[in-house]
Amino acid sequence: MWWETFMLALRAIRRNALRSSLTVLGIVIGVAAVITMVTLGGGATAKVTEDIGKLGSNMLQLRPGQGFHGPGGARASAEPFEVTDAEALAREIANLEAVAPTASRSMQVIRGNENRSSTVTGTTDGFVLVRDWDLSTGRIFNPGELRSGKAVCVIGATVREALFGGLDPVGETVRLDRISFKVIGVLAAKGQTSFGTDQDDLVLVPLRTFQRRIAGNTDVQVIYVSARDGAATDRVKIEMERLMRERRRIAPGAEDDFFVRDMQEIVSTVTSTTRVLTTLLGAVAAVSLLVGGIGIMNIMLVSVTERTREIGTRMAIGAMERDVMRQFLVESVALAGFGGICGILLGLTAAAVGARLMGVPFVFNPGIVCLAVVFSAAVGIVFGYFPARKAARLDPIEALRHE
Amino acid sequence: MNPAHPPEALIQLTGVSKIYGTGQAAMHALKGVDLTVAKGEFVAVMGPSGSGKSTCMNIIGCLDTPTRGSYRFNGIDVGNLSRDQRAILRRRCLGFVFQGFNLLNRTSALENVELPLIYRGVPLRQRRRQAAAAMAAVGLAGWEHHTPGELSGGQQQRVAMARAIVTTPEVLLADEPTGNLDSERSLEVMRLLTDFNQRQGLTIVMVTHEPDMAAFAGRQIHFKDGAIEAIRTE
Repeated sequence: MWWETFMLALRAIRRNALRSSLTVLGIVIGVAAVITMVTLGGGATAKVTEDIGKLGSNMLQLRPGQGFHGPGGARASAEPFEVTDAEALAREIANLEAVAPTASRSMQVIRGNENRSSTVTGTTDGFVLVRDWDLSTGRIFNPGELRSGKAVCVIGATVREALFGGLDPVGETVRLDRISFKVIGVLAAKGQTSFGTDQDDLVLVPLRTFQRRIAGNTDVQVIYVSARDGAATDRVKIEMERLMRERRRIAPGAEDDFFVRDMQEIVSTVTSTTRVLTTLLGAVAAVSLLVGGIGIMNIMLVSVTERTREIGTRMAIGAMERDVMRQFLVESVALAGFGGICGILLGLTAAAVGARLMGVPFVFNPGIVCLAVVFSAAVGIVFGYFPARKAARLDPIEALRHE
Repeated sequence: MNPAHPPEALIQLTGVSKIYGTGQAAMHALKGVDLTVAKGEFVAVMGPSGSGKSTCMNIIGCLDTPTRGSYRFNGIDVGNLSRDQRAILRRRCLGFVFQGFNLLNRTSALENVELPLIYRGVPLRQRRRQAAAAMAAVGLAGWEHHTPGELSGGQQQRVAMARAIVTTPEVLLADEPTGNLDSERSLEVMRLLTDFNQRQGLTIVMVTHEPDMAAFAGRQIHFKDGAIEAIRTE
C-alpha cells in the first residue's frame, strides 16, 4: 500500500515537473545553504585547529600591554621585556620545554638584484623548538653565534624561493640594511595560516645581532614559551603571570601591563566565532525552509483543488479518509524530500568548490546531511498536513460533481 | 420486509427522506421513498433533473445517508455506518460507472482498472492478472497500456466498467453511463451491462435520461418531485 502510494506520488510530481521543481526551490536553497555553511564551517574549524597545532598547541605568548581586549593606550606605554626576563622564565618555571625571546621588524632582504620585504626576527635557537619548526636544510644558530651576535641567518621557504629560486642558499649571503648575513639554514615550509598570512615569509637572526646591529636597543617584544607535553598550559600561564608581576614590580591590585596568550584560547575563540556564524546561517536557512514549506502547502492546495474529481472517484471506489490523507501526505513529503536531496547535492557541491577556493579541507558531516533529510521530510509533513486533511474531508458527492 | 423478495432483497429503502438545509430553506430531495432491488435485477432509474433520482443513487451507493427512514444493503443498516465504514462497504460490495468516466489521466488503462484492487490490498501480481481479465471482459484486451487520452469515449467508458467489475461487486451503480456517448457506443455499453447482468447475475442500478437505454433494464423506476411516480416492469 505504501509502495503504491509512493509510486502514485512520484507520478503526480512528475506530471507537473516544472511546477514541482519551482515549488521545491525554497527547500533546495534552504538545505543547500545549511549544508554548505556547516561543511565550510567545519572545514575552517579543522583548518584553524590544524594551524594552531602547527604553531604548537602547547605554546604560550608573553607580550607587553593588555591584550586584544584591554584599552588601546596601555599597550603603547607598556615597557618591553629584556633577555633577562626570558632567562628568568626558563630558570624559575617548571615544565617548560623551551623559551624563545623575540624582537621583529619588517625589512628589505636583498641578494644581488633580488629583494623582498620580509619580517626579520631576532631570536634564539629555542624558536624552532617552541614553534615546532623543522629545518629543510642547514642548521639553527649555535650558542657561540648567539653569544657573540654573529651575522648569520636562517630563512623561511618563501624568502628562499624569492631570492634563490632553486639554488641552495646555505653558505650564501643576503643583506639586511647594509649588513651582510650568511645563510646557515632554511626552515621547512608551513604554508599560510587560516588568517591568510604567510608563515614562511621570515628571516631569523640571533637576538643579540638583531638588538645590536639592527634595532640598536635591548628590547624583547614577544617571548614564546612552550610547555612540556602533558603539562597544563593554564597552570604554566598562571606561574608566568605571577613571575612577571614580580619582575615588573606591579603593585598588588594593579592591572597587568603584559599578557599571556594561550593557543587554546585562540582555538576556542575561532571555534566559537564559527559556531555563532553557523547558528546565524542556520537561522537564515530555517526561514528559507519555512518559506519553502509554505510554497509546498500552496501547491498542495492547488493540487487538491485540481484533483477534486479524482479524489471523489477514489472515495467512491472505496478510499477511506486515511487513504486520501496518506496519498497527499506522501506526495508532499516526497516533494519536500526530493527538494532536500537536491539541496544536499547542491550544498555538498558548493561546499567542495568553496573549500577549494578558501583553501580549507572539505569535511563531510554525515550528521547534518541526515538532519537535512529529516528536516525536509518534516517540512513535507507539517505543510502537507493541512492540504491532505482538506482532501480527506471532501464530501465524495460534491467532489464527484466538481468540474 | 417486502414479502415479494424475502430472501434476496439486496437493496432495501424504507420510507427514505433526504432533506438538505434546515427551516425555511429546507429542501426535500426525497420524500419517503420505498424501493427494493433484488439480487440479479437490472433496474433503470429515470426522471427529470431535480426529481431526486441522483440523491437516491447517492444513498444506494452509500455516498450519502438518509435523513429519515432506513436503507439496508444486504441486511446492513447503512444509516448507522460511519464515513469510513461506508467507504469499506463501497470497496467490498459496490462498483461505480460515471457519466464522465472519471479515469485518472496519464495513467494506463490497466492501472486505472487496478485502482480498486489497490485499496483492497491485493498484491501486485494478482492485481495485474485480475485487471487484465476485467479488460478482456469488456473487450479491450490489448489496450492495457493506453492512457485514457489515447482511447475513444466508448473505450474509456468500457475501461471504467472494467474498473467497476474488477472487484466482482454485489451491485454495479451506473450514473448515466451513456450520457457522453453517441448511440452506437451507447449500445455497446448497454450490451456489456446486459451481458454482465444476464451471464454473471450482476445486480445493476442505472440512472438514465434515455428511454432507449432504460428499455434494456428489467424494471424502470420513474422519479418525480422526490418520490417514485411509477414502476414499469418489462
